[in-house]
Amino acid sequence: MSDTQTQTLTATCPECGAVISFDRQPRRHEIVQCPDCGTELEVVATEPIRLAVAPEVEEDWGE
Amino acid sequence: MSVRVGIIGGTGYTGGELARLLVGHPRAEIAWVTSRSRAGWPVSSLHPNLRGFTDLKFVAPDDVEPVDVAFLCLPHGQTAGNIERYTQLAERVVDLSSDFRLSDAELYEATYGEPHPAPAWLDRFAYGLPEVYRDRIRGSKLVSGVGCNATAVNLALLPLARAGVIERVVADVKVGSSESGAEPSGSSHHPERSHAVRTFAPTTHRHEAEIRQALGDFDLHFTGTAIELVRGVLATCHVFVNRDLTDRDLWGMYRDAYAAEPFVRVVKERRGLYRFPEPKIVAGTNFADVSFVAEEGSRRVVTMCAIDNLGKGAAGSAVQSMNLMCGLEETDGLLFPGLHPV
Repeated sequence: MSDTQTQTLTATCPECGAVISFDRQPRRHEIVQCPDCGTELEVVATEPIRLAVAPEVEEDWGE
Repeated sequence: MSVRVGIIGGTGYTGGELARLLVGHPRAEIAWVTSRSRAGWPVSSLHPNLRGFTDLKFVAPDDVEPVDVAFLCLPHGQTAGNIERYTQLAERVVDLSSDFRLSDAELYEATYGEPHPAPAWLDRFAYGLPEVYRDRIRGSKLVSGVGCNATAVNLALLPLARAGVIERVVADVKVGSSESGAEPSGSSHHPERSHAVRTFAPTTHRHEAEIRQALGDFDLHFTGTAIELVRGVLATCHVFVNRDLTDRDLWGMYRDAYAAEPFVRVVKERRGLYRFPEPKIVAGTNFADVSFVAEEGSRRVVTMCAIDNLGKGAAGSAVQSMNLMCGLEETDGLLFPGLHPV
């Protein structure tokens, strides 16, 4: 794989700013997890790869 | 290579926690544990969790042979006057009392209300918090222990201090009962201590000096509250910063400070029951769980740190320091992951 291709298979976590690498081209709407902050992220675009925080089910958390 | 260690003052909770960590250490061997009042008693008679792990008996303080590393677990003020003797007993010394935590004699006197008995020794000790002083500890033969409350606050604030963004801090620290040691008192009597939510230090605490020494001199306000917990400290720090910050900015700072630290975990999760640090999750471990949240529309950042006061706040950091001093793996003997549920 060329350096150019390697660079295209990365995206930035919108939550913590970590650079996330992909070992293959992700699909749109795929869910990935940020290895740094653990946030679940949705692939919202693929060329270039863009990520958004995945929607969550609201929980009762003692509030 | 096995490091032979001795524990001076092994009847208290810190001495017991040290013994627990050291009997499980792959490269250390306990030669002796001293007690003036319990000489001849099995160590497991006071620390029953060690049954089956050691048949050591407490020995009198004068009945010890030289070792590679001596851990000193004596009450405040009892180490400094005898430090020359202890340094003849071992090439390397880790003092878990507060006698050698501050490197400046004037600061010591201002903090503890009396002159230091051995001021010439103060700057020979490295402060035993590897996250701040790793290189100095590695090259030192004398290391002080850390204050448990100071450690929780130091690790909650270290990334912000390094980034130079702190203007003012209010550190609200909740603590368990084992912080006050194994000697009973009126306030530790069960009917009085049980179910307590007791603010014992509304303003000022002697650990403030350790925080300033480690992080720099900023406007710091400390409040300590005893809660219904045996082991554990949770520091919640309200930090007023000098510029606008987002959670993403803070992620960068905390990642820079802690990504390579073996015992500091950033805990900031979006789902689940344990989204932020809690002391019970780190009970019995050497881990410090830290977190942060930037308040929208203000320059307040809330940072948190949970530790076990006997672990990362005392014996755990001491063993971590020993590992560094002796050229061992820094994590040797310290990777117990804790319990859940607990």
